[in-house]
Amino acid sequence: MKNFLDFEKPIAELEGKIEELRHLSGEGDFNIADEVSKLQDKTEKLLRQTYQKLTPWQKVQVARHPDRPHFNDYVAALIEDFTPVAGDRCFADDKAILGGMGRFRGYSCVIIGQEKGADTGERVAHNFGMARPEGYRKARRLMELADRFSLPVISLVDTPGAYPGVGAEERGQAEAIARCIDTGLGIRVPLLSVIIGEGGSGGAIAIATGDVVMMLEHSIYSVISPEGCASILWRSAEQTQVAAEALRLTAQDLLGLGLIDRVLPEPLGGAHRDPVETIGRLGDALESELKRLIVQDGGLLRRRRRDKFLEMGKQVTP
Amino acid sequence: MNWLTNFVRPKLRALVNRKSVPENLWDKCPNCSQLIFHRELETNLYVCPHCNHHMRLSAEKRLKLLFDGGDYHRIELPKAPADPLRFRDQKRYADRLRDARARSKEDDAIAVAHGTVGGIPVVVAALDFGFMGGSMGMAVGSGIVAAARLAVTQLAPLIVIPASGGARMQEGALSLMQMPRTVVAVQEVKEAGLPYIVVLADPTTGGVTASFAMLGDLHIAETGAMIGFAGARVIEQTVRETLPEGFQRAEYLLEHGMVDIVVTRRALRDTLARVLSLLLRREPTPDLLEPPRTERLPAGRRPPEDNAHVALPDDTPGA
Repeated sequence: MKNFLDFEKPIAELEGKIEELRHLSGEGDFNIADEVSKLQDKTEKLLRQTYQKLTPWQKVQVARHPDRPHFNDYVAALIEDFTPVAGDRCFADDKAILGGMGRFRGYSCVIIGQEKGADTGERVAHNFGMARPEGYRKARRLMELADRFSLPVISLVDTPGAYPGVGAEERGQAEAIARCIDTGLGIRVPLLSVIIGEGGSGGAIAIATGDVVMMLEHSIYSVISPEGCASILWRSAEQTQVAAEALRLTAQDLLGLGLIDRVLPEPLGGAHRDPVETIGRLGDALESELKRLIVQDGGLLRRRRRDKFLEMGKQVTP
Repeated sequence: MNWLTNFVRPKLRALVNRKSVPENLWDKCPNCSQLIFHRELETNLYVCPHCNHHMRLSAEKRLKLLFDGGDYHRIELPKAPADPLRFRDQKRYADRLRDARARSKEDDAIAVAHGTVGGIPVVVAALDFGFMGGSMGMAVGSGIVAAARLAVTQLAPLIVIPASGGARMQEGALSLMQMPRTVVAVQEVKEAGLPYIVVLADPTTGGVTASFAMLGDLHIAETGAMIGFAGARVIEQTVRETLPEGFQRAEYLLEHGMVDIVVTRRALRDTLARVLSLLLRREPTPDLLEPPRTERLPAGRRPPEDNAHVALPDDTPGA
């Protein structure tokens, strides 16, 4: 059973009809085959129309789509010999942030990212991709490991935000995030970050201080969730869509503001329609950026990375 | 009648009005609701004499209380792009900014100054919760960067006093990027071998806590200050239970190892002077004594190796 978003209903209906017709059709039933292909054209046209002009709120929904490829899908398809590490060496292993070593298209590397989980059980196990301090400390450990052995770091960002809980606060959620940013900006190896779904605030930037920061076409990156923003600034949950627009959280907005470096096109109808193609495209983009960065001097990389973040926003004019 | 209405009545009015009590002579403590005479409040450093509640301070008051003899030089901060997203909620961000500026007579939620604390030349950046909740947008980020650069130029320690609700939502992802921006600023200070001290004031939350405010060589908190990442209300809604007593207060953070020292406002300056004189291996200077300029830190001085647990140079791999 496929998951459809509200605004995808007309597409869902067309696809339903196609399924029905296929079910009815016997061998060599030319009329039905004709009809099916007509409907398929129509579906594609509709998909193109819909996805060309997604509203920010629709993008939020696509970015959170349960069938969208997650961290584990990317690792399974792109990383050979993946060897996960566990724990922060202080308190626990946080499964909201996963990471380890592996081989990406021949390069030994470290890969880190939030995992939201594919079904209910997994989602609970991964705490919906909302990390506690231990997760950020594990990410930090991994970045330091990469630095020590001159391995490039790939970070895949997909989180609603850092987990707001009593224990998380007591164990220094803010400190863990701050140190993670500090480490990401301090390492002398390439750091490539991709927002693959939801880039939720401090919990996202903690692992997204890349030399190159890319976003998938329908991913989002925001200082606060549109829901949170609406409830604080409008004092009304009904203004969520308006808040989504005001926050300028789409990949296209962030590229326009000069806050990210590159937008990666998704297959027609979004990453969830064709995860294999999405993952392949992301892999190609990572490979091309990595080839460019890996030959650069580590000290220079770090200086440029820091300068990039220092300069951010200076050229923005309303 | 004319003489009475035009001459006598105004005279009488003026006489009566002069005697009437101006409203702002008394302040009410937001914690215990006791009335405090304004002059008493001022001499008590805006701490309630009845319940010891530390009231929030404007950046300007903060600077005046901290520097020796209330003497300091503020630096002009770079102008930030106003309302880069043309953000509008129930009110336009441009209007909110204009109102906050008119009310505070400040450009934004940060002030940066240099002067001496206990005779030691320092740079101080103070956030102003009264200005849009002390929220961090481009202006605050640039202020922290400017303060860090000034500290490095003057070879002076940097003291940052956050008081902020977090990122400024009205600047969207631009405000989020102030987190890495300010972290780079802190790195520059540390790499110059200079102490970076954070004085956590009420309240320090959100993206401000999760960036420059938690990276101090030392964390000093004012007593009772609320310090955290997520807001208490958000946590309560998430975990659906009542929060522990004193949760996210300075003393609670001390207990959990997130701050080093909790001080009263009265003890703050002495504490800062003491820790700075120790870190810089200076003779304890008598208060309010401006040392000659030549006594400043020699160029490029780094903390000695045996002090590495206090100020670890963060360009050490694996640091």
